[in-house]
Amino acid sequence: METLYFLIEVLIKNVVVIAVLMFFAAYLTLIERKVLARIQIRYGPNRAGPFGILQPIADGIKSFFKEEIIPENADKPLYVIAPMIVITAAISMAAVIPFGDKLVLFGREIKLVIADVDVGLLYLFAMASLGEYGVVLGGWSSGNKYGVLGSLRAAAQMISYEVSLGLAIIGVLILSGSMNLREIVNAQKEMWFIVYQPFAFILYMICAFAELNRAPFDMPEAESELACGFNIEYSSMKFALFFFAEYTHMLAVAALATTLFLGGWHGPYLPGTLWFLIKVFLIVFVFIWVRATYPRLRYDQIMKLGWKVLFPLTILNLIVTAFFVTVR
Amino acid sequence: MKEYLGILIIILLSSLVAILIVGISYFLGERKPKKVKLLPYECGMTTIGPSRRRISVKYYIFAMLFLIFDIEVLFMYPWAVITKDLKLFGFVEMFIFIVILLIGYFYVWRKGALEWE
Amino acid sequence: MAEIVFKWIVFFIASILSIFSSVMMVTRKNPVHSALWLVVTFISLAVLYFLLNATFIAISQVIVYAGAIMMLFLFVIMLIHLEKGPEEIGKMTVSRIFAVVLTVLLFVEILVGVYFYRAWTVKPEPMPFGDPKTVGKLLYTKYLFPFEIASVLLLVGIIGAVVLAKRRKM
Repeated sequence: METLYFLIEVLIKNVVVIAVLMFFAAYLTLIERKVLARIQIRYGPNRAGPFGILQPIADGIKSFFKEEIIPENADKPLYVIAPMIVITAAISMAAVIPFGDKLVLFGREIKLVIADVDVGLLYLFAMASLGEYGVVLGGWSSGNKYGVLGSLRAAAQMISYEVSLGLAIIGVLILSGSMNLREIVNAQKEMWFIVYQPFAFILYMICAFAELNRAPFDMPEAESELACGFNIEYSSMKFALFFFAEYTHMLAVAALATTLFLGGWHGPYLPGTLWFLIKVFLIVFVFIWVRATYPRLRYDQIMKLGWKVLFPLTILNLIVTAFFVTVR
Repeated sequence: MKEYLGILIIILLSSLVAILIVGISYFLGERKPKKVKLLPYECGMTTIGPSRRRISVKYYIFAMLFLIFDIEVLFMYPWAVITKDLKLFGFVEMFIFIVILLIGYFYVWRKGALEWE
Repeated sequence: MAEIVFKWIVFFIASILSIFSSVMMVTRKNPVHSALWLVVTFISLAVLYFLLNATFIAISQVIVYAGAIMMLFLFVIMLIHLEKGPEEIGKMTVSRIFAVVLTVLLFVEILVGVYFYRAWTVKPEPMPFGDPKTVGKLLYTKYLFPFEIASVLLLVGIIGAVVLAKRRKM
């Protein structure tokens, strides 16, 4: 009986998390357009509903009814599977992120995380690296020169920054002594890790921009030279899925930053989940703000920054942290 | 062990969502294929040559470097979670590990393989 | 009880999938498709590791093999650009006959091994066995020397990659 209850609990948590995540990802498109517009002294979308609040729904319905084009020299099975891989990997990343402490419902204590596992952090990296396949295959299978070039650039950039990203957060692991994200949050009850690891936080954020292929590192989709990047031949809902996965991934990266550095759900007065969401959306706002502020880097500059600057700095940060923790 | 059930379920559910979305749009969208429409898009010009060409060897170098440093990072994770217990001994052994790898890193740098030409 | 049955089902699906995908990987003509089936094989192997409670190894399998190594393979396939497979399918060359004999021999060896070893009596260790902390404790105390040797191996790997791919400056 206990097993059955557990199964039901996990299923309900899954459905709720996926629904909320998709809702947020859809509305993130609107938020991004609105914020960018305001920064550039425009109004942004304001026709669908009051303040354009129905815009994401209108976009979604429109994409469903659009014509689906599969180019003739596309590799058809891969062309269809690629967006599915991307979205599956992006949504699955939400499984290990704790969005609150505990909830008591019907006499059951429910942990507000789908899977409270010991390898949580590694699971996130595994999912991120599987998601890269969707990007590479999407570009390669569509049989377009821009597509191939865009996807290869995206993949090379993501793998270059993944190393620094992985190194940047080791400091947090040393301090918390666990890879379980719930335990990492609980270790920050007194003090957030951003206080002990300010450099790691900055390095993590820089790597996150590159990992997400966002401005100022949005070389893979540089409109001026690659037309659109790896998703150039995609149309209708398949294109929308790539777009959607990008925003879901962005939420996941922001949630990870919140969990590792900003104390997760900890905060005074307000309920934990609300604190968690506030912090996530603050980081998301920074992502959008940076996009509106900084120009794009050249591709060789991106690779140089990743390998020659960020990599040594993250190693240095790691050694210093380990030294102080072990000597003390 | 049963905590991992959540991961299994979210992967199944999210792939179901992906299949549903693609499937629904397959039935809803109209389809009027034309010869020109199905050609690869190259800014309206007629396409020149094959689309999938041989790519540059630089991608290979970076993939190789990524592979090696990724394994290195993976070695550091189990060390990081028990650094507090290992004390100075753990620090010294990881320091040796990192120094050996930094030799390789500076070799790559000197050879100019980190340069994107 | 339910848990054991469930594990059996997962084991069954994962093992069938790993065999099926490796067969698919060998038989595909398009090398990119082969590479992707190999990714599926690695992921189903990771599931098998999970069932043995070796969670750290399972995740490392996905990150290193399915993530990094296969990405390298994909780049190499695109680099040398094998659009068409080898033409002479069906020819009996010496190396092919040798390969067939060797495969049959290896298969027989596995069968004999399974028959005598009785792998199904081996039970996975209890839970705190394959998680990162336990792995770390063993790796950084008892197996310290292999760990440091691994760094030398990685160093050799780095140098090899650069020597192979980097043009010598004249």
